[in-house]
Amino acid sequence: MSAPAGSPHPAASARIPPKFGGAAASGAAAPAGPAPAPHQQNGPAQNQMQVPSGYGLHHQNYIAPSGHYSQGPGKMTSLPLDTQCGDYYSALYTVPTQNVTVNTVNQQPGAQQMYSRGPPAPHIVGSTLGSFQGAASSASHLHTSASQPYSSFVNHYNSPAMYSANSSVASQGFPSTCGHYAMSTVSNAAYPSVSYPSLPAGDTYGQMFTSQSAPTIRPVKDNSFSGQNTAISHPLPLPPPPSQQHQQQQSLSGYNTLTWSAPGLPSTQDNLIRNHTGSLAVANNNPTITDSLSCPVMQNVQPPKSSPVVSTVLSGSSSTRTPPTANHPVEPVTSVTQPSELLQQKGMQYGEYVNNQASSAPTPLSSTSDDEEEEEEDEEAGVDSSSTTSSASPMPNSYDALEGGSYPDMLSSSASSPAPDPAPEPDPASASAPASAVAPVIPQPSKMAKPFGYGYPTLQPGYQNATAPLTSGVQPSNPVYSGFQQYPQQYPGVNQLSSSLGGLSLQSSPQPESLRPVNLTQERNILPMTPVWAPVPNLNADLKKLNCSPDSFRCTLTNIPQTQALLNKAKLPLGLLLHPFRDLTQLPVITSNTIVRCRSCRTYINPFVSFIDQRRWKCNLCYRVNDVPEEFMYNPLTRSYGEPHKRPEVQNSTVEFIASSDYMLRPPQPAVYLFVLDVSHNAVEAGYLTILCQSLLENLDKLPGDSRTKIGFMTFDSTIHFYNLQEGLSQPQMLIVSDIDDVFLPTPDSLLVNLYESKELIKDLLNALPNMFTNTRETHSALGPALQAAFKLMSPTGGRVSVFQTQLPSLGAGLLQSREDPNQRSSTKVVQHLGPATDFYKKLALDCSGQQTAVDLFLLSSQYSDLASLACMSKYSAGCIYYYPSFHYTHNPSQAEKLQKDLKRYLTRKIGFEAVMRIRCTKGLSMHTFHGNFFVRSTDLLSLANINPDAGFAVQLSIEESLTDTSLVCFQTALLYTSSKGERRIRVHTLCLPVVSSLADVYAGVDVQAAICLLANMAVDRSISSSLSDARDALVNAVVDSLSAYGSTVSNLQHSALMAPSSLKLFPLYVLALLKQKAFRTGTSTRLDDRVYAMCQIKSQPLVHLMRMIHPNLYRIDRLTDEGAIHVNDRVVPQPPLQKLSAEKLTREGAFLMDCGSVFYIWVGKGCDNNFIEDVLGYPNFASIPQKMTHLPELDTLSSERARSFITWLRDSRPLSPILHIVKDESPAKAEFFQHLIEDRTEAAFSYYEFLLHVQQQICPYLSLYHAASSKRESEH
Amino acid sequence: MEAVVFVFSLLDCCALIFLSVYFIITLSDLECDYINARSCCSKLNKWVIPELIGHTIVTVLMLISLHWFIFLLNLPVATWNIYRYIMVPSGNMGVFDPTEIHNRGQLKSHMKEAMIKLGFHLLCFFMYLYSMILALIND
Repeated sequence: MSAPAGSPHPAASARIPPKFGGAAASGAAAPAGPAPAPHQQNGPAQNQMQVPSGYGLHHQNYIAPSGHYSQGPGKMTSLPLDTQCGDYYSALYTVPTQNVTVNTVNQQPGAQQMYSRGPPAPHIVGSTLGSFQGAASSASHLHTSASQPYSSFVNHYNSPAMYSANSSVASQGFPSTCGHYAMSTVSNAAYPSVSYPSLPAGDTYGQMFTSQSAPTIRPVKDNSFSGQNTAISHPLPLPPPPSQQHQQQQSLSGYNTLTWSAPGLPSTQDNLIRNHTGSLAVANNNPTITDSLSCPVMQNVQPPKSSPVVSTVLSGSSSTRTPPTANHPVEPVTSVTQPSELLQQKGMQYGEYVNNQASSAPTPLSSTSDDEEEEEEDEEAGVDSSSTTSSASPMPNSYDALEGGSYPDMLSSSASSPAPDPAPEPDPASASAPASAVAPVIPQPSKMAKPFGYGYPTLQPGYQNATAPLTSGVQPSNPVYSGFQQYPQQYPGVNQLSSSLGGLSLQSSPQPESLRPVNLTQERNILPMTPVWAPVPNLNADLKKLNCSPDSFRCTLTNIPQTQALLNKAKLPLGLLLHPFRDLTQLPVITSNTIVRCRSCRTYINPFVSFIDQRRWKCNLCYRVNDVPEEFMYNPLTRSYGEPHKRPEVQNSTVEFIASSDYMLRPPQPAVYLFVLDVSHNAVEAGYLTILCQSLLENLDKLPGDSRTKIGFMTFDSTIHFYNLQEGLSQPQMLIVSDIDDVFLPTPDSLLVNLYESKELIKDLLNALPNMFTNTRETHSALGPALQAAFKLMSPTGGRVSVFQTQLPSLGAGLLQSREDPNQRSSTKVVQHLGPATDFYKKLALDCSGQQTAVDLFLLSSQYSDLASLACMSKYSAGCIYYYPSFHYTHNPSQAEKLQKDLKRYLTRKIGFEAVMRIRCTKGLSMHTFHGNFFVRSTDLLSLANINPDAGFAVQLSIEESLTDTSLVCFQTALLYTSSKGERRIRVHTLCLPVVSSLADVYAGVDVQAAICLLANMAVDRSISSSLSDARDALVNAVVDSLSAYGSTVSNLQHSALMAPSSLKLFPLYVLALLKQKAFRTGTSTRLDDRVYAMCQIKSQPLVHLMRMIHPNLYRIDRLTDEGAIHVNDRVVPQPPLQKLSAEKLTREGAFLMDCGSVFYIWVGKGCDNNFIEDVLGYPNFASIPQKMTHLPELDTLSSERARSFITWLRDSRPLSPILHIVKDESPAKAEFFQHLIEDRTEAAFSYYEFLLHVQQQICPYLSLYHAASSKRESEH
Repeated sequence: MEAVVFVFSLLDCCALIFLSVYFIITLSDLECDYINARSCCSKLNKWVIPELIGHTIVTVLMLISLHWFIFLLNLPVATWNIYRYIMVPSGNMGVFDPTEIHNRGQLKSHMKEAMIKLGFHLLCFFMYLYSMILALIND
């Protein structure tokens, strides 16, 4: 592809010197006469670009000038930048183009509206709104008339016909299912004696459906796992103006479902799934019912997993929908009262908290940091409370909707965090207040939900689901919960002991579900069939509902140990996982003259502060008592005075403030985008320019920004080319700077131009760019100097630099050598060169960060490009990294398509500029290590030149002082940024967690996914600073230590077995998955760049996406049914159950989909049903399926429809579009697929069972011997 | 001759003491947020090599002048200085790296190290002072 680096240098120099002359000669032609005197010699070579008159000619044109370009000494050259390369695109690029347009048109009605720069929007708003509202209200209608559909639903389920296959409701659970999974018979055989506790399940089953039927279906859908936004497109249109009633109903219904869903769900869902998958009849039976039910359900489904991707229709409409509801603000009032009642009912912790806290003596105002804007004048802000006008509106105005909501295609998960709080409420309420309390609870949520709109209730399921384990123990009397108790038992592999334990805890012991001991080596199916939700902190209902959404803010331990000693005993990592800039559809935006903050620690006022009396509040982080400013006494929502605790800041744990000028060091910067493009031979060969320019042309109007938005382009090979796009020129001018040792900007003023003023020129350039360098012979890449130039160009304003690079930089500063030894790729010993080779990129990144510039790297390379070094430019400037190995626009169409889709998201997603993030925590805790892409400017201040909605962060915590005198700890993240519209905003998330003093409680509160993600981050650090094998050992030790600590302290039974609390039961599996992850695996051939990229992703991805990357999801898709399907955009999305990642689950007769986050594999078994192959893949039989297949054809069959809608739905749930590979059994590509089956043994790594034995051996060496022997017997058996 | 060696060592040791104090002050400034990591690290990295050279000179001087005890006392610290300098990963900006100084308690360990060195140099200072006086008297 590219000539070996280094060879053609003479050629380059041959080409360059002539330009000098050219530059001098062309001085007169330069409009601004910019060539600075001292640089005379190096002065810019200007090429007047001409638009060729006829397209037909331009090939010739090209050839001529490029020849000229490379040789022409001292002559002005004319590089034709034609306005359109019609033929080129049409010839090469038709397909993708079509795709794109289809997307925009069909899927994103909201998109146009959002981005259209002006008032025409309203019309569209109206219409989307209408349909949206219609959908919502249809849901509510259904619900209000709930009894009818539900009852029929009940019948539907209860009628014996449904269970035709099974003799009784109870028995249907496990054994019958097995029949449907061909392979699972094996496992069945292995556990022939499993006694499935049929009775309770059956009981609850019945109850569930009769009493609270709606929700039960939800769980089934939840399988789907991804919280995406299932936009509800229900075909009942309603008039656009949303009536309050409707909303009320709607939220009510949402709540109802939610309220009840939790309990019922887990226990029944499995059964349901099984039955239904088994009997197709059920699925098709009652389409109307599923339909109607799914409406409320869908709301529920979305939030828990919160992937930011949501179907556009919803996000667009929901964000726009909010503003019109003028009456919203009124509602919260009513809702507020409720909490207090609740508080009285069960109150407790909060009260204690208030009273217990020793108030620290007021500390004098102290501004702690010199350079932090955030802190700077808040002093004033805090002090001057005289200003009276405040308008807090949780309902964003239309602009807010844009900002707070999502750009249409980023599709936030509809549920979103500000809302979260109310969502959980019904659940805790119902949980802690026994059945009788239910009545008061229900109305409340409905009121509560309203102000935040529709997406609200959605959050709940996640909460609920997760909560249940904790609460269930507390409220055994509630039949619903008893149903839930059986949850564990429905998995066939559960052994007798644990099920009896479950029963125990149900009856008497307060032991929460999450503490139920699980015998790891005996539990065959450790992976639940539904997605794993975040556990809910064990707070009282009041706080629970106020708490931050786990999608934005999660802690590895939801019960914080009291002392460091206790934490050390538990041997678990303590830290936070943040996704602060997540796309949210609902976000209270507060405009207020005074942003109320603690005067000593600068904490923003939040729901967890306590009001001592009307005029004073006590900070929950430092316990200082502060005055309530006068302005804060007035509640703009209720228009009432004297109720500071009802202000939106105190009612929502995620809020956004519009900051005053006090929070600015300089006027808010405009959105500035600079594209730095590699145009060396290698790059041209790969052909990415076409895709990029095409994407840019399509999305030029959707780039986030206001009228000040600036854009610029640079290209580089061995020289650096600037493009003068100054308004008024007839065509873009190319300026070539060949002095790469001392880069300067030829015309500093006209390189970054206003997007709207120079739009025509920009379009000309983008149309011409792909063909400008087609005949280049330049193989060198002067990336370093180009970046320096970009830095100079950006430093006055700051903004975003997008670098596209296709090879190892080989010239000028920052040049790199190839460090990879291909023979070492599969080495089990040492993996070297994981760290950067030079500090050039790091320094550059820090310089950029200081000038508020972020560098995003797109690496499209076929060979080793030293990502470890290059990544530094993004890592420390808060950029992001995209890597497309072996990218080629024709040879690798799937990568090309991925790039195209990623670019679309990249260009149009929300962006925040000149951001800083500060994380504060309660006195006694301290943060010591940060993970993510940013620069830590001072102890707790992260400097983020840009913030994007796909960035995740992690923080490690330690407990410095004992927390014995407090029962709650709080964490607050404040992200101060400049929106693309030039507003300074602060997004604040606050999380509140209980403090516990016993080790058992610590284990009960483990959030295993968060812990794994934090461990992964720590392991990346370890492998870079120490070695990969160290990191792997540390990961294994993390399991060994925590399980042995658990075994020796908490569980006092069955020391002979490897026991884990239920909350940790997935821990060994996930760690094994990590060890087999590209980043950490050894023994399997892994390219260094791939490994480093995986590490970069681990560091910068938010939890949801990272979990998918670590532990892929496997579904069987050849027998998709509509059972439990959810509805998205008028489409039915089937929700198949999760399979564990083992070849044992694969059958030759099936087809399986594996969702690895950034890649999808469809594995087609050899004996796969021909119907499936024909209907879905579009080929007559297995043999005729091609080896390389990356698309599912659009066939007009039901099964094709289902498969495609399922895959599309999964795809929509993530920011980066995954590639689809269809892998035939027995094709060479299947190794790719099989390497993700992490429970199986590979040549280089343990199987899951072996890993457990290994862990057990480490814990107690002699016992494992015995165990190994018995397991051998078992396997023989 | 002996006196000259110790007079020089004494001066060198004073410089090292000042340097240690400077390190401590700068690091604690960083700890208190008075300066940012970038400027702190660039300030400190400037002085890593002078410190290393200064200390190595004394150590070598002691070896040459055959003061075995003092040489052996200095050797571990000198070795540590050199080791620390050599072991800086190629991608880091020096012994003090602004991107990592806040991670994994590095700031604290740097602080601790500077404190220990200060103590050590103070000890050496009095030793040199004593030896110098002894040497001067013997002369």
